[in-house]
Amino acid sequence: MTQVTMTVNGKAASGDVPGETLLSDFLREHLRLTGTHVGCDTSQCGACVVLVDGKAVKSCTALAASLDGAEVTTVEGLANGELHPMQVAFNDNHGLQCGFCTPGMIISGIDMVNRYKAEGRELTEEAIRHELEGNICRCTGYHNIVRSIKDAAASM
Amino acid sequence: MSEGIGAAVKRKEDKRFITGRGKYTDDIRMENQAYGAFVRSPHAHAEIKGIDTSAAEAMDGVIAVLNGKQLKDDAIGDIITGWAIHSKDGNPMNVGAWNPMATARVRHVGEPVAIVIAESQAQARLAAEAVEVDYEELPAVAAATTALEDGAPLLHDNVPGNLIFDWEIGDEAAADAGLAGASHVTELDIVNNRLAPNAIEPRSAIAVYNDIDDHYTLYTTSQNPHVARLVLSAFYNVAPEHKLRVIAPDVGGGFGSKIYIYPEEITCLWASMKTGRSVKWTSDRSEAFMTDAHARDHVTKARMGFDADGKIVGLKVNTVANIGAYASLFATATPTYLYGTLLSGQYNIANVYCDVKAVHTNTVPVDAYRGAGRPEATYVMERLMETAAREMGMDPAELRRRNFITEFPHQTPVIMTYDAGDFHALLEKGQAAADVAGFAARKSEAASRGKLRGIGYSCYIEACGIAPSKAVGSLGAGVGLWESAEVRVNPVGTIEILTGSHAHGQGHETTFAQVVSDRFGLPMDNITIVHGDTDKVQMGMGTYGSRSGAVGMNAIVKAMDKVEAKVKKIAAHTLEASEDDIVIEDGEVKVAGTDKKMAWHEVGLAAYTAHNLPDGMEPGLKEGAFYDPTNFTFPSGTYICEVEVDPETGVVEIVQFTAADDFGTVINPMIVEGQVHGGVTQGIGQALLENVVYDEDGQLITGSYMDYCMPRADDVPSYVLEHSTTVAPSNPLGVKGCGEAGAIGSPPAVINAITDAIGNNNLTMPATPQKVWAAIQEVGLPQAAE
Repeated sequence: MTQVTMTVNGKAASGDVPGETLLSDFLREHLRLTGTHVGCDTSQCGACVVLVDGKAVKSCTALAASLDGAEVTTVEGLANGELHPMQVAFNDNHGLQCGFCTPGMIISGIDMVNRYKAEGRELTEEAIRHELEGNICRCTGYHNIVRSIKDAAASM
Repeated sequence: MSEGIGAAVKRKEDKRFITGRGKYTDDIRMENQAYGAFVRSPHAHAEIKGIDTSAAEAMDGVIAVLNGKQLKDDAIGDIITGWAIHSKDGNPMNVGAWNPMATARVRHVGEPVAIVIAESQAQARLAAEAVEVDYEELPAVAAATTALEDGAPLLHDNVPGNLIFDWEIGDEAAADAGLAGASHVTELDIVNNRLAPNAIEPRSAIAVYNDIDDHYTLYTTSQNPHVARLVLSAFYNVAPEHKLRVIAPDVGGGFGSKIYIYPEEITCLWASMKTGRSVKWTSDRSEAFMTDAHARDHVTKARMGFDADGKIVGLKVNTVANIGAYASLFATATPTYLYGTLLSGQYNIANVYCDVKAVHTNTVPVDAYRGAGRPEATYVMERLMETAAREMGMDPAELRRRNFITEFPHQTPVIMTYDAGDFHALLEKGQAAADVAGFAARKSEAASRGKLRGIGYSCYIEACGIAPSKAVGSLGAGVGLWESAEVRVNPVGTIEILTGSHAHGQGHETTFAQVVSDRFGLPMDNITIVHGDTDKVQMGMGTYGSRSGAVGMNAIVKAMDKVEAKVKKIAAHTLEASEDDIVIEDGEVKVAGTDKKMAWHEVGLAAYTAHNLPDGMEPGLKEGAFYDPTNFTFPSGTYICEVEVDPETGVVEIVQFTAADDFGTVINPMIVEGQVHGGVTQGIGQALLENVVYDEDGQLITGSYMDYCMPRADDVPSYVLEHSTTVAPSNPLGVKGCGEAGAIGSPPAVINAITDAIGNNNLTMPATPQKVWAAIQEVGLPQAAE
């Protein structure tokens, strides 16, 4: 067992977990933050994406023990009194249907907007589609996810 | 009214999903919860000679290891198929027995043999690997056409030649005569590739047995919890219905794959009783590829004859359908009554004939998946039409126009009575939106960049809103396909709608509330939709076949009719007016032409206080209805795809995709468009990317997202959508259903566009770069790109 301590959604979180525990399991099973989803076993669907120290990470590929001291933000931690602009944009643009891939889509969207802004690059539709290669949605056909992210980029 | 029918109301259900507060089955944890892991066959076909569980039983955390024989000894029933098909010779179909866990023989890779119950998921999975099964391998067969050959390995003793049925529809002699007299016959060999549904939420089940009450609760990823309860009770002997509660909480996509009651759910329920523990099992993606019902997998020979004017004079279709190792719930209906009945397309054809041989193979069972039979039919029809136009030197749109049905109702030679549609309008709208007139210029501009640009059409019609119970009963269905609803008006006037439909992405909490809001003029906030729990909702047939609007919502309408009648009686009595003069609008119940009125909630209160009701009236304001449709509904549309092909690499880019659909009355255009986006993307996935591959020995090659190519955001364009409306005459709302159309209509449009671009019709789905490149090499580069 390994003692893991990290900051999750602004609060200290710790647990004594087997060394092989994935961050996704730590969040879901130990902290009961079930907004982070697991949709595949090959790190491709992206439903599990969270922010680790401000960067998008597939939580199903990271060992919790390797992230001791990290700052993690999950979909549950995005709304700070009011919804994050990316959350609002997904609602406004019908960017979700079943909702299962949505947490990963929203976090990936936030990550790409932040990166493009920091680099002073324009987040075009083509760029959004390319950036979403690590997130699979079976419901929306991506049309409205792309619109949601573009919309949020304007207000973030 | 801004929240009523036709308004693009934002979804009520979104908030919990965008904040991570959705509650999917795997998010639920029970007291006393243990975990199940299945021991699965690594072989496509083998005898089970023995199972040694001793090592597994000794491992940390293991509670029990249970096998198929124990399950059978406890009288748990075999898994059923719900639709009895008869062969053309009149004989009933032959289907192999399907034990929830194999007892003597395994017939596909991934078939469960035993289950390990342990304290943690990791412990269960480790122990499952330690269960030693002694297999004696048998020859296997994965392709349906091979399984029909003499000497092919036989899967089931009671299914000679692996042939489940040889079914027919239409008049063969008439079709032959039509073809014999044709001035042109187009013939195609068509493969409809096998798909895996891939809802992003994997299947999951938590079975909770309460020994004090001898009662079971199943939380599961189901599109139809009542059907699950019915089947688990009536056929699998898990528990009688009143002692079994099925809850389908938030469900992350279904597309058909979550209709069925699989071995895993049955086994978990039984294992919960055996162990006295709550048993949770959640599929991983690799398990999903080996267990979730696959889709399509048809091999077809089709011949369509035309007279000198381009009118269709005959159509003959011979299909071999792969059903997999066992016949799943709708597996026998999908390639028959959901396929052959759509082989008239949008066209006036006097003579249609189709026969379908359904075949057992050593593969995962195949069943209904978004579209279910109708994509296969549309692919046959629309590949034929486009190819025929090219062969006859005609504009493919003009060939379709000459054959469109224009008068309704129209009786096809393959059972269906189309009741409404305007195919010319859809084609015109589609062509205008796609700027077909400007295609030639775009093609030459693309050529200047070294790209081959092509355009392809698909004019689909489908039958959904399944289905009139009497009609499907006469065709072999084991159930009625009505839907039920209950409208509960509370004493304060708020409303709960209990529906047997189940939402797993479709937005029922919004659209169903819109229908109620529209009817009574109440705010959406005052209306809640309750679904997905057999203890709350009286009964239901669930959501599949694009039936939630056409059937489910109309059940709500029927229940609202009854509520309205009682409200009017109460108001008439209170306001001392005639019932006939009472109108309900904007949340008020008024006497027309006067200022006498009651607020909606005052009527609710009056109904429950019962201090002043008409003599003989029961207190309360709650009404239920069962709605049984009188016909299928028939959505139709024109889809136009434009592609650019890189002749150097064979890579296809979809540069424009236009969908013009007729869904009848649209409740929420935003949600309907979302359904089309998703459906079209699944169809593009089938056409370009997706393919389940088995090797000759029945090993599943595409067992993960490393091998099975799902459509990503950069594989598809933003879509151009158009609508043209003819109201469905068979139901009160006039809705047709929009869930499957995109997946039904799009694959032929894509392939027609690619084959147009490369000048070679010899191309199968998925049109991978390698296949497209080879097809270009086969005929040489078209002039335009040289």
